[in-house]
Amino acid sequence: MIALLLRDLKLAMRAGGGFGLGLSFFLIVTVMVPFAVGPETELLSRIAPGVLWIGALLACLLSLDRILALDWEDGSLDLLATAPLPLEAIVTIKSLAHWITTGLPLVLIAPVLGVLLHLPASAYLWIFVSLLLGTPALSVIGTFGAALTVGLKRGGLLLSLLVLPLYVPTLIFGAEMARRGASGLSIETPMLLLAGISAASVALLPFASAAVLRINLR
Amino acid sequence: MSIWEYANPKKFLSTSEKVMPALWVLSIALTVGGLIWGFFLTPDDYRQGSTVKIIFIHVPAALMAINAWFMMLVASLIWVIRRHHVSALAAKAAAPVGVVMTLIALVTGALWGQPMWGTWWAWDPRLTSFLVLFLFYLGYIALWEAIEDPDTAADLTAILCLVGSVFAVLSRYAVLFWNQGLHQGASVMRAGAVAGDTEERVSNVFATPLFVCMGGFALLFLVLVLYRTGTEIRARRIKALLARERLEAEA
Amino acid sequence: MTLTVSDLSVARGGLPVLEGLSFDLPAGVALILRGPNGIGKTTLLRTIAGLQPPLKGTVSGAEDQIAYAAHADGIKPTLTVVENLIFWANVFDHTGIEEAIESFNLTALRDRPAGALSAGQKRRLGLARMLVTGRPIWILDEPTVSLDTDHVRQFADVVRRHLEGGGSALIATHIDLGLEGTVLNVGPFKAAPPPIDDFDGGFL
Repeated sequence: MIALLLRDLKLAMRAGGGFGLGLSFFLIVTVMVPFAVGPETELLSRIAPGVLWIGALLACLLSLDRILALDWEDGSLDLLATAPLPLEAIVTIKSLAHWITTGLPLVLIAPVLGVLLHLPASAYLWIFVSLLLGTPALSVIGTFGAALTVGLKRGGLLLSLLVLPLYVPTLIFGAEMARRGASGLSIETPMLLLAGISAASVALLPFASAAVLRINLR
Repeated sequence: MSIWEYANPKKFLSTSEKVMPALWVLSIALTVGGLIWGFFLTPDDYRQGSTVKIIFIHVPAALMAINAWFMMLVASLIWVIRRHHVSALAAKAAAPVGVVMTLIALVTGALWGQPMWGTWWAWDPRLTSFLVLFLFYLGYIALWEAIEDPDTAADLTAILCLVGSVFAVLSRYAVLFWNQGLHQGASVMRAGAVAGDTEERVSNVFATPLFVCMGGFALLFLVLVLYRTGTEIRARRIKALLARERLEAEA
Repeated sequence: MTLTVSDLSVARGGLPVLEGLSFDLPAGVALILRGPNGIGKTTLLRTIAGLQPPLKGTVSGAEDQIAYAAHADGIKPTLTVVENLIFWANVFDHTGIEEAIESFNLTALRDRPAGALSAGQKRRLGLARMLVTGRPIWILDEPTVSLDTDHVRQFADVVRRHLEGGGSALIATHIDLGLEGTVLNVGPFKAAPPPIDDFDGGFL
């Protein structure tokens, strides 16, 4: 299992692996927002938590089709499916690799991008914590979507259509937590719900993803 | 005599074709009758005026929008567990009906909201939940369309429906948490609705024609799904025959 | 360690292609599958490898015993030859990739990124993967595609050594590998289409 994780990380880092694409996309989206809504500090600082969340979510979405499609195309998935690893473990590792290469960098960079949007000082910690809690769910749900569309040519748009509705609860609780944190309200409820969604997704969705992958492989 | 007998496509087709004419007549009679009764034979509401009468379309459509998804969930479960093709095709057939019902509920809601709340759209939890439901329907239909192999499509959409249902429920609670909203609570089934003494509740002048409309919409949904399932069965049969013809041509 | 296939029917895209196949593959034996294109050899091998469920019948003895090589080699172009092999060796909890590298003449190419290999060299890397799995039953789908005659001979030698070591191999191929194995022509097992008025549950 470690071998698969290390290989995926190595592949992401090497040329053409796409590491950093998600981060750059996040940066660009954040930069575009003030161009669209105007540079007033007050407005930007009010919408900053939401913008950071939607930016991270889209950056995550952008890289989903790489989770399984490459292994599908070169036949690795067939071979992995006949290896001693259960498919449930394979999809979990794939989600984890996606989170390490995409989710985690987004979490780390978000407070920095917050500066560009005049994120209130009280919110830095909470945007970081909410993304840290929420991005694992984004990766695992995304892997489920990637498994559904893995056999399809040009499945990218369909992948977004399938995954975005599934992202709704995570986005609502995550952004709500960051917003409440920014305005000094109690964040306990959204934080618990966000953590609950993440934990439940990580625990249960790999079974659905593996079942879907098994169907797609046959 | 088991209910699973109707899972045989042939049996399903012959039975559904026998009951469908009666269902068509009954559903259209109930729907049209209920709407006429509701639109023309009830008084205007003292505060909402004639706008209130949109309820006779809005509420039944919203009801069927949710029930259609629920029916798809049950049909998907039956397919996953018992592998009856008719069940998978019924789920496929119900989705477009459900999406239209959702759309009707959204549009009539907007039309009603304009005079009542002064805005076409409010990010009210109920409206938002329906919008999210609409997105789930779109994804489900798109997945059916995207996959060529019918059994693979049935399997994948069934799993999407199961997972989607969980997330749809989660979204419902998330949305409630996110914004409390303007929409009145679901008042039709409450005991007080019959008494009709407060403006919050649907008063009993409206209740009976509303129930007639709901019955009409439910039957209409049923007959549409039966009809579309029959179409899907035939389309699937044609596909199978064509595939077999190719196979024989190769040999 | 005997692979037993009994009364197996397999389907491709919902249509039955082969039916009523039964055979045993004991240790030390190579079974060569033959048959025209499109008869369902790949489908059969995928079914035996456990990638798709059989329509009917059973496959026993395959669980955790088989190593499968498909048309695609599962090679990552940005990893080197050695890295690719080490990865598969780790996945199968097997150590020692040197034997595999030598057997397929890859020593000179070991640190080259796999993306820079020719088609034949890639194929050799894909076949070398079989050796690092440590699995006894090899399932090979057209293994000699894009190999030159020398390397076909070399591949046959590797298979022979594998058989001597107590392994077995199930090979779908169109060429004569010079292996002293049993030949199974799957042509006669072509599935007959079900009767046309069979309009029930399964549609086909």
